[in-house]
Amino acid sequence: MGGVKVLLRNPKREVEVTGPLGAAALVRQLGYIREAVLVIVDGTLVTGDATIADGSEVEIRPVVSGGSL
Amino acid sequence: MKCRVCRGPAVIDIRRHNAGFCADCFIGHCRAQVERALKEHSMISPGERVLVAVSGGKDSLALWDILLELGYEAHGLYIGLGIDGYSEPSGQYVHEFARLRGVRLVPVDLPSDYGYDVKTGAAADRRAPCSACGLSKRHIFDRAALEGGYEVVATGHNLDDEAAVLLGNVLRWDVAYLARQRPVLPGRDGFPRKVKPLVRLSERETAAYCVLKGIDYQVDECPMSVGNRHLGYKDALNAIEERSPGTKAAFYNGFLDRGAALGTDVAMAEREGLHPCPSCGAPTTAPVCAFCKLVEKAGGDPRRRIPVTAL
Repeated sequence: MGGVKVLLRNPKREVEVTGPLGAAALVRQLGYIREAVLVIVDGTLVTGDATIADGSEVEIRPVVSGGSL
Repeated sequence: MKCRVCRGPAVIDIRRHNAGFCADCFIGHCRAQVERALKEHSMISPGERVLVAVSGGKDSLALWDILLELGYEAHGLYIGLGIDGYSEPSGQYVHEFARLRGVRLVPVDLPSDYGYDVKTGAAADRRAPCSACGLSKRHIFDRAALEGGYEVVATGHNLDDEAAVLLGNVLRWDVAYLARQRPVLPGRDGFPRKVKPLVRLSERETAAYCVLKGIDYQVDECPMSVGNRHLGYKDALNAIEERSPGTKAAFYNGFLDRGAALGTDVAMAEREGLHPCPSCGAPTTAPVCAFCKLVEKAGGDPRRRIPVTAL
């Protein structure tokens, strides 16, 4: 079944972590701030207290955009 | 975590509200926040047509979607900036959004319509790319609204954008910019009112709104914005927000509530000094407006008229 596959952006890349683990813990483990990302597990948005099982596909989607404000 | 409204399973947690929401209740929450901003700041009067500045990113597409759902006659304005590998997919998201909903879109393309792109404009005028981009967009928003007879232009500036700009203005105590940093900028001499209906929503909320509504948007960061000063301010504010949820909203809303008088005299003096640019007619305090100077230096034509035709 393998671990948890995680898609990261900017630049786009994939890492694998060992599950099960909480969504908020995953965000922290990868060095992100919760306010700056969404966690999408198998295509569904989840809250920080969600548990992510091995075999899941996760996207950590950044929400911070900048430039000309 | 349960939805604060219906007690069903939550899909998004908003720490500054100490609340979770299910998909349907979250969409309702976003709509309610926009309705509240529109009402509190008297942004759009009944019957007014709105031109929504859309980039293909989450904020502007969420804004356009919410305004349409609230029943406004909201048309889109997309400006192709000529940024390699970025502008084309961004435009595709906007066109697809408009096509799926059968709504009117006004496309403008800097390279083909004005003869320059953001990179060449920035280099020619010795500005940062984000400065050249913002200057170009603000001018074209005004021009397109004027040509198309729109009373109001709506932009997707969210709570994080406004808090970051406010932090920058406060760090430099730039009173003139503070005076202009309002959710509504009044119209003048035929130029449109500018409104920011997303000021009560964070960018995490607008991104979640798009995910939950199935709105495809440009997720990748603009390659020209790397190292942008406002992104640094956002990082700093998010680090504070992580420890003290609600700080960004308190910072920005406190400014609106208690800092409103700051710089009023500066703003009035600045408005009195405005006159039409002899080249394009846009209000400016300089002999020729900054947009015309940039375009002429970049070898383009600033006097082009916007074709306000439906797509």
